[in-house]
Amino acid sequence: MKVEKTEIRMQKKYLRWIVYLVGLLVLLVASVILSLSVGEMNLGFSDIFSILSQGNDSMEYTILSQIRAPRILLGIAVGGALSLSGILLQGVYRNPLVEPYTLGISGGASLGVAFAIVFGLHQLIGSFVLPLTGFMGAFLIIFLVYTISTRSGRINIQSMLLTGVMVSFIASSSMMLLMATTSSENLHGIVFWIMGSLDEPDRSLIYITLVMSLVSLAASYFFVQPLNALRLGEEKAKQLGINTDTTIKLLFLLASLLAGVCVAVAGVIGFVGLIIPHLMRLLAGSDYRILLVSSFLSGSIFLVLSDVIARTIISPNELPIGVITGIIGGVLFLLMMSRSSYRTLKNNG
Amino acid sequence: MKPDILNIQNLCCGYPKFQLAEINIDIPKGSFAGIIGPNGSGKTTLFRAITGTLNLKSGTILLGEKNLLSLSPRQRAQNIAIVSQFSDAGDISVEDYVLMGRIPYHSRFSFFESEGDFWIAGKYMRMTDTWRFKDRLMSELSGGEQQLAGIARALTQQPELLLLDEPTSHLDIMHQVHILNVLQQLNHELGLSVLMVIHDLNLASEYCDRLILINQGKMHTQGSPEEVLTFQNIEDVYKTVVVTQTNPLSGKPVIFLASQKVLKEIQEKLSNRR
Repeated sequence: MKVEKTEIRMQKKYLRWIVYLVGLLVLLVASVILSLSVGEMNLGFSDIFSILSQGNDSMEYTILSQIRAPRILLGIAVGGALSLSGILLQGVYRNPLVEPYTLGISGGASLGVAFAIVFGLHQLIGSFVLPLTGFMGAFLIIFLVYTISTRSGRINIQSMLLTGVMVSFIASSSMMLLMATTSSENLHGIVFWIMGSLDEPDRSLIYITLVMSLVSLAASYFFVQPLNALRLGEEKAKQLGINTDTTIKLLFLLASLLAGVCVAVAGVIGFVGLIIPHLMRLLAGSDYRILLVSSFLSGSIFLVLSDVIARTIISPNELPIGVITGIIGGVLFLLMMSRSSYRTLKNNG
Repeated sequence: MKPDILNIQNLCCGYPKFQLAEINIDIPKGSFAGIIGPNGSGKTTLFRAITGTLNLKSGTILLGEKNLLSLSPRQRAQNIAIVSQFSDAGDISVEDYVLMGRIPYHSRFSFFESEGDFWIAGKYMRMTDTWRFKDRLMSELSGGEQQLAGIARALTQQPELLLLDEPTSHLDIMHQVHILNVLQQLNHELGLSVLMVIHDLNLASEYCDRLILINQGKMHTQGSPEEVLTFQNIEDVYKTVVVTQTNPLSGKPVIFLASQKVLKEIQEKLSNRR
């Protein structure tokens, strides 16, 4: 009798997770199809399949495969990676306000890119310099924050957060300094890059980002038990036999790497890493076994849909996607908070 | 004599500003032991040393036959479970919270709890009377219920030694007695060794069969409640005038306090008599 009951309890829990997963996958497919069909040239849902299956070199095929599909792939990769990065950092810090960019990662990347533009490196060497310097800037900041807050092999979480915020301020002020002293042409280039876009001409960069984000998602599942234990705090996780120091270090590096690559490839796309993890906590609960993958998927969905809006709302012109994610994300956040869910946000760092 | 479940010898550890020194404790298997002492005497530090969250400067801690220092964190968590004052678990359902006690038994790659995990968690939830609110969130529970859920979680670790950090603080007497009765029952029925930090000397006297009195980072006395809870010991450590008598129901020592006003009145009476 008891065993039967146990089975039912287990099935109920895991069944709910499967429902969430399938639901999110369906939503992702739907938003991909929507994104394929909408644009300067609107294509019907049924047309898309026939165009793609014929695979000839018609104009429609070129638009789908050369323009829209790469954007969608990058949207899936970056949205998922930023959201994953956010949920990992929130798990490590037990602080609901942390997101990839709070820790100065975007500041560092922006500074790197501004540096490259101001000194004309991208004209000298080639346009691939921008993502490269962006990534180097992000990595420099990660390194700084990490070493400053590590003392004798132990990491101090609270001081790390403050260090990140301070380093972030220094980076953004330095960037302002560069911007204030440079020509208006360079200024335009910097601002345009910072605002973020899924328009990436280099295919191999898109594939690298996609592979990296998927590999990181898989890697994050090695830490699912420590993350679950860390919900109770560092000390209690230790008492459950978790090596918290190693976990926190590795997760910080993984999350920073994810964010660094995203900023380098797509510019500063804010709020995804803050909003989506919160939304998922409210919907799917606080167990990281479902949270990690559902955050990734919903981050992808959110960014693909945001890109659709960014492309179409003032067509034929395009809005920076960071603007859309910021506005939609902010409004969503306020709605969530006002719907008596503030308690959850507060309790569930 | 029964073998020791916990044997601490010459333990020194602590922080730059506070040190525990020369702590020697032995607790026989199956004991219900209590650590008492004033605020800041080092009770929590001692707990952190036993659970391994604080590194030792010197000394040994034996858990049964095993040297605690040679155990991995995981093995330690399979042998010792600790219940803290606050669960601090937020929006986790009681059942999920209790199931977390199985984490020390999971390999890094075991993704789902097994049927056995659910069964063990269910068993201890029934034993601690938390089964009836297993689907509620931890943050919705009262202090006493959270404490019971914490005990259920610790039992799910199936430890040899259960540590509790002030399990009865912030609770009314009904919940205090309820929690301690549950512990007493577990101690009695499962033979589980219990070691708890407790502030209330009368509760300590009533429930513990062995007491350890700590003062300013050093051992003061250890032994049965009758040996430890003498008015000399208490006045020495707590700097408070007390009177000890015997509980007519249990025969255990009971401590009475004296307020300043009463003390003055007594002094005046005495001087008038002279």
